Amino acid sequence: MLKGRHLIDPEDFTLDELEEIFSLADEIIENPKAFNKICDGYLLGSLFFEPSTRTRLSFESAMLRLGGTVVGFSEPNSSSVAKGESLPDTIRTVACYADIIAMRHPKEGAPNFASPFCEIPLINGGDGGHQHPTQTLTDLLTIRVAKKRFDNLVVGVCGDLKFGRTVHSLIKAMSRYEGVKFIMISPNELKVPNYIRNEILDAKNIEYMEVERLEEVIDKLDILYMTRVQRERFFNEADYIRLKDSYILDKEKMSHAKDDMIVLHPLPRVTEIKMEVDDDPRAWYFRQAKYGMFVRMALIAKLLGVR
Amino acid sequence: MLSINSIKKGIVLDHIKPSLGMEIYRILKLDKADYTVALIMNAQSRKLGRKDMIKIENTIDLDLAVLGYLDPNITVNIIEDEKIIEKVELSLPKEVMGVIECKNPRCITSIEREIVHKFVLVDEKEKKYKCCYCDHMYSED
Repeated sequence: MLKGRHLIDPEDFTLDELEEIFSLADEIIENPKAFNKICDGYLLGSLFFEPSTRTRLSFESAMLRLGGTVVGFSEPNSSSVAKGESLPDTIRTVACYADIIAMRHPKEGAPNFASPFCEIPLINGGDGGHQHPTQTLTDLLTIRVAKKRFDNLVVGVCGDLKFGRTVHSLIKAMSRYEGVKFIMISPNELKVPNYIRNEILDAKNIEYMEVERLEEVIDKLDILYMTRVQRERFFNEADYIRLKDSYILDKEKMSHAKDDMIVLHPLPRVTEIKMEVDDDPRAWYFRQAKYGMFVRMALIAKLLGVR
Repeated sequence: MLSINSIKKGIVLDHIKPSLGMEIYRILKLDKADYTVALIMNAQSRKLGRKDMIKIENTIDLDLAVLGYLDPNITVNIIEDEKIIEKVELSLPKEVMGVIECKNPRCITSIEREIVHKFVLVDEKEKKYKCCYCDHMYSED
């Protein structure tokens, strides 16, 4: 039963519950107009304590396309947070007005802290470099549509694996399926944090390797998940400039990849995927953004219990 | 030599590492107690050379789990009728609340005023705890 639940961590839902969401997303993709009134009378609180136009627009489009409405803020200076209000107080207040909340917060663990104070469903729209479960749902739905399965896939994650929360969430989520292997491609400085390696990969005895160069492994991958080296995750500018162009996907590298490999990216991309790759049928990242909206529609509908 | 009488009923925390006594006194909130408490610092010890001790009279209902985190070698004696009726075995607690603080500068605990720092045990052998908000492992340095 998903009605009334929070989504804080990609593992909050069982595989069966995820399947429920993806099945509804399939129906929505098939005929979006059939769902354009199901949230009539419902209100989404869109609380963005740090700017993220793309994720915010995805949530808000999802709610509007379901026939619901949206209130909220897109950066903390325009909210009571600027006056020093605590997170629990903001959440409790918004829960009086809205039926469901999507929250992005720059601090890690913010939704874990906020959720006990929230009487309506709270969706984590990203908390610092920690988790981003709706991006994971987006990634999973895209994989499901493209590969028709989740098991026995070789998943390559490339770029900023230290601060890239989408990668952490994806590894957590994909590690729940049988026979999935990971190849983690990053500069030494931006490897996945120890807790991902120890508590997820080693604890579940999952096969993985860590390499520095994409060229060495691109031919082995079923999925290549590219990430941006994010300027705001760095403490100093010099490190950012030194590392930002480390891993760039171009036509030449793609020529070594499998014919049915898919390239995913949480977007926005900067320089890590060259535009020359966009026309390649294996480039799924723009379709992925659309699936992100569809899966958020399905999620909102399920948490509100309207489907 | 300073003499402190034995207690009739209560708890004696013995073999506390010197200087840790005051911290335990604070963490167990004994400064707010309305019962008799004696904190003895730098007492002579055959085992440790020097040790701290805490004697708590009458009260047995204290959450002592945190002692396992601070120092599992502390001896916890439960006293009834001036006799030790039980020695409590200390082990690492599954959860540690309000004792250690998350050092991740990006953690929500770094900005929220009244948040209680909470850690969960993830590796008993290595004594590893992680922040229950941001998942960062706690390290003492």
